[in-house]
Amino acid sequence: MEERKTFTISIYSENSVGLLNRISGIFLKRHINIESLNVSGSEIEDVMRFIIVVNTTETWVRNIVGQINKQVDVINTYYHDDEQTIFLETALFKIASHLLFDERQIQNIIKESHSDIVTVARDFFVISKSGRRDEIEELYSKLRPYGIMQFVRSGRVSVSKSEMHISAMLRAFQNETV
Amino acid sequence: MMDVKTIKKEQSKTGTKVRITGAEAVIHCLLAEGVDTIYGYPGGAIMPVYDELYKFQDKLHHVLTRHEQGATHAAQGYARVSGRVGVAIATSGPGATNLVTGIADAQIDSTPLVCITGQVARHLLGSDAFQETDIIGISTPVTKWNYQITKASEIPEIMAKAFYIARSGRPGPVLVDITKNAQFEEFDFEYSKCTAVRSYNPVPKIDTEKLQQAADLINSAKKPFIIWGQGIILGKAEEELKAFVEKTGIPAAWTILGASALSSSHPLNVGMVGMHGNYGPNLLTNECDLLIALGMRFDDRVTGDLSTYARQAKVIHFEIDPAEINKNVHADVPVLGNVKDALEQILPLLKENKHESWHEVFKAKYAIEFDQVIKNDLYPEKEGLTMGEVIESINEASKHEAVIVSDVGQHQMIACRYAKFNTSKSNITSGGLGTMGFALPASIGAKMGAPEREVVAIIGDGGYQMTIQELGTIFQTKVPVKIVVLNNEFLGMVRQWQQLFFDKRYASTEMTNPDFVTIAKGYHIPAVRVTKREDLKGAVEEMIASEGPYFLEVMVEKEDNVFPMVPTGASVSDVRLS
Repeated sequence: MEERKTFTISIYSENSVGLLNRISGIFLKRHINIESLNVSGSEIEDVMRFIIVVNTTETWVRNIVGQINKQVDVINTYYHDDEQTIFLETALFKIASHLLFDERQIQNIIKESHSDIVTVARDFFVISKSGRRDEIEELYSKLRPYGIMQFVRSGRVSVSKSEMHISAMLRAFQNETV
Repeated sequence: MMDVKTIKKEQSKTGTKVRITGAEAVIHCLLAEGVDTIYGYPGGAIMPVYDELYKFQDKLHHVLTRHEQGATHAAQGYARVSGRVGVAIATSGPGATNLVTGIADAQIDSTPLVCITGQVARHLLGSDAFQETDIIGISTPVTKWNYQITKASEIPEIMAKAFYIARSGRPGPVLVDITKNAQFEEFDFEYSKCTAVRSYNPVPKIDTEKLQQAADLINSAKKPFIIWGQGIILGKAEEELKAFVEKTGIPAAWTILGASALSSSHPLNVGMVGMHGNYGPNLLTNECDLLIALGMRFDDRVTGDLSTYARQAKVIHFEIDPAEINKNVHADVPVLGNVKDALEQILPLLKENKHESWHEVFKAKYAIEFDQVIKNDLYPEKEGLTMGEVIESINEASKHEAVIVSDVGQHQMIACRYAKFNTSKSNITSGGLGTMGFALPASIGAKMGAPEREVVAIIGDGGYQMTIQELGTIFQTKVPVKIVVLNNEFLGMVRQWQQLFFDKRYASTEMTNPDFVTIAKGYHIPAVRVTKREDLKGAVEEMIASEGPYFLEVMVEKEDNVFPMVPTGASVSDVRLS
């Protein structure tokens, strides 16, 4: 059996309605769970970037990337393993304000985790933590005994170490005479 | 609205804009794309377009099918015989959902279609309005591209893009959903054809290094074997295939959808691969030293068990769709690009060869298959009629010149195995999806797409009843298709599997059928039933000679099986002759 790994799939696409549905359908067909998904603008105007994290074999990720790539509105798709990318996630923790004073240890946890205090209100305060999944999970496990009012973690955002040459592809399209 | 920078268009010929409604614009777009025939069914949300069709009936022939599924299959039949884009049109809600089977069929068989659906007005979208359905969401997994138009001004650009995407690269179905307000709105119309889409690369450039590597492998192979698929037909590469095969002398077999690209009588054509393909081509797939795949996708019905498929051979894969490379079978040398250009470019690099002793191996296998299977199918000595002898009678009466449109099941496999073709684009069948009910409506489209050709639909008694209402379309349009129902009073292929793999437990496969001849006569279609061998030849000749539509029912042996057979999941080496 081929080894399963975490892969980050990067999709550059046109900004079109329904493309997310088209892409997620490719994972659905193969019964692959999407571990995380992030959609945002990219370094190129009007070009969207999807970051999709999956845990599967390289054979499957290659097939999936091929099938994503052939969608008309997709400009190009790449996949990388964790070694080939710089990536992080962001989490928000909402915690009752009185804990800051009742549980002195919390201040140390926040300081040691290099997280930021986003806001402080009378009843609650919010801290954000960016980093790798295990760092966020560690902070979560440390805060949990004191009570977390709300917790949320974003999808992975990632940039690749190697170039992806999208701008060159788009320039070539502009320059080609048809 | 789409950014204009993302597509390229032809220079507008007129350069002038006219103020018309969205509905009229749809008709002008179709005419500008050279469409002469469309298949559809009217309804509330598409009525403005139908109102315009009424005005343009001298320029655009609308065929009223009796069900929207029939419209898509007819459009597929039209596209497959003509190489042009088929067009189907329907209303919102059930009209749109009834198109889905045909769209899925076109997607898996790479058939260029543009389907137009009406949609509720923009202000009603998402409100569960009458006959509202999310056809964009529903059709997404089975379309090459789809788009919902909500304002009239989008119509020209989206329609141009739809036709371009449907027919370019690996063809496929495109669905354009148009809200009713967009059909009513007036706007300044101007049309120019789409020539490129920046996020879409339909035809990859051929890598000459790969061509050289492929040529080296071909020139040094001792037992090379070609399997060609529909890519040859879609890529209009029939002549290049012939030249390639004749120069190299390599035995060449075909997938079901590739049938007819090379004449059946060509000495290097060794037959069909796959589950019910010929004995030699299946068996020798696992003995060749080089497998050359031309415009085919290694469907599981072709390969059987992948872990034992052609493991001894190097594989060269000529393919237009990069997603097919290494999807099922590893390609030692992938040659991406248009197969017509690739074959033309590789030809000068190839050495002439005959591979005579290798051909003898194929001939020996054919002799075994002839003795154990073919002889009994085509020239039976038993009392009951076989499907094979019916196909053989049609071959003789039509002089191998007919377009054969088959449905799905035993009769389809028999038709594909035994029908003889002189001309390309002559085997129209539902390959990938296996859609029962395909043939009757597809034959209507096929005859309209190639009016000069004889079109014979071969259908089982099961599939016939799935779209039997299209007899109404045939009666109304008088389209002269010849319909042959091979009636074994069973869902034959399922029954065969029940016999072989489920200890003859014939669960829901026996059919109590109506009087098909009476039904055909109810539609004023001449109809004949044959039950005896001595009547077969004359009846088939009479059918072929008839000017108008004709129905022929042949009562065949109830429990005949189709062989050879590669059971599901078995290796092609384990192809069974009985």
